[in-house]
Amino acid sequence: MRNDEKPAIVVGAGPAGLCAAIELKKAGAPVVLMDENAKPGGQLFKQIHKFFGSQEHKAGIRGFDIGKELLAESLRLGIDVRLKTEVVGIELGLKVWAVEDRTKSYTLDAGKLILATGATENALSFPGWTLPGVMTAGCAQTLINVHRVLPGKRILMVGSGNVGVIVAYQLMQAGAQVAAVIEALPRLGGYGVHTAKVRRAGVPFYCSTTIIRAEGAESVERAVIASIDAKFQPIPGTEQILDVDTICLAVGLTPSIELSCLAECKQIYIPELGGNMPAHDEYMRSSNQSVYVVGDIAGVEEASTAMEEGRLAGIHAAWAMGYMDDQTMKIKTDETRGRLQALRQGIFGQKRFAAKERILAMRKDA
Amino acid sequence: MSADKIPDSRIARHAVLGDLPVQKDVTIYFEGKPLKAREGEPIMAALVAAGVTVFRYTKKGSPRRMFCGIGRCTDCVMTVDGVPGVRTCVTEVRQGMRVERQQGVGSWSVQAEAGHAQ
Repeated sequence: MRNDEKPAIVVGAGPAGLCAAIELKKAGAPVVLMDENAKPGGQLFKQIHKFFGSQEHKAGIRGFDIGKELLAESLRLGIDVRLKTEVVGIELGLKVWAVEDRTKSYTLDAGKLILATGATENALSFPGWTLPGVMTAGCAQTLINVHRVLPGKRILMVGSGNVGVIVAYQLMQAGAQVAAVIEALPRLGGYGVHTAKVRRAGVPFYCSTTIIRAEGAESVERAVIASIDAKFQPIPGTEQILDVDTICLAVGLTPSIELSCLAECKQIYIPELGGNMPAHDEYMRSSNQSVYVVGDIAGVEEASTAMEEGRLAGIHAAWAMGYMDDQTMKIKTDETRGRLQALRQGIFGQKRFAAKERILAMRKDA
Repeated sequence: MSADKIPDSRIARHAVLGDLPVQKDVTIYFEGKPLKAREGEPIMAALVAAGVTVFRYTKKGSPRRMFCGIGRCTDCVMTVDGVPGVRTCVTEVRQGMRVERQQGVGSWSVQAEAGHAQ
């Protein structure tokens, strides 16, 4: 081991970042993993449902158990994990500027940089959307599953995608009532298994429906919903009033791309994966060859795909730093790609697979 | 699931997660009133458990609570130990902590300005 060597710096200790750091460390490469939160794991610890996929994708295992496994492995490997550490700047060349515990500022030279910064939930603007009681579905999920408190008793869920139906079900598991799930599109968006569980519990689903406004003096007391036409315009006379104290928004996520912009990574627009995001090649390298992007920052998908993307980048970075021979890199990369491919099959994976292929094609053109 | 069976805001029992783990209590002060919190939890969780619905008012007097819950949006900021603009969703409670509803962008207490805030 070379003492003066610059480590690979991984930003974000969620599923993607943890897997990238694990692959680097397993290969013997120096690695530092930074995360702004007090605990690692990203959003895994609020995922209390079982994951899909095959055995090797940890199917049937609950998100928080996968989180525990990854943490145990990173602990066993002795990875340098720096928590409460916010990365606030990147200098090309390659230097990371970090603030620890909101008080101590320092810079660290990086051999390679792996950005696993995740995504941010989208907001939806309507009259009353700033009222206390309106929150993202992920916020409610964090409150119930991580902090064990209920943000409200009667919930309206806006959005029927996976996040919407999974959180609706988990809110019921936590003891809340779900008054309805509404969806602007004419069809439901989530996996059938999750959707059916909510429907079987008696929750009404309304398609082609939007929220018109939230009402209440100091917090949400009711929601007004209405049917919409093919042009997403509310149809007069279809308004319905729901007595709810909480409105959860599950209307998609946007990649958290700020650090990749500072690293001057070329950005592309892929609406089906969340909007603007750094372009990447088949090794998850951005247009800046020293910077990798993995997980939701490279297109919003799921924890299972994020983990495999993290592994791809970790393997390639370890090889690029001289810690893995060509053949091992090729074998490990092919194995990982095979698993990724399998995760992007089926009717739900197809769209994401096609979008990812488009990203790779764009990189080749660039 | 009938309306009269709605549980307390603290989730004591859970089918997947099990019973609420035992955790040491700490006391924080919300608007001067003592509130029991669980050690290690963020301020936001303690306030939600206590039924607090308004965390701050904007300068136009519009109420706010929390929105993203993971430190991204800054909707939940309050004045903590005299320091305004503290994200309560990612700031852990501490014994004796003073948490106040913020008005507008808030103001620094004399002690906080002098660097004596905890």
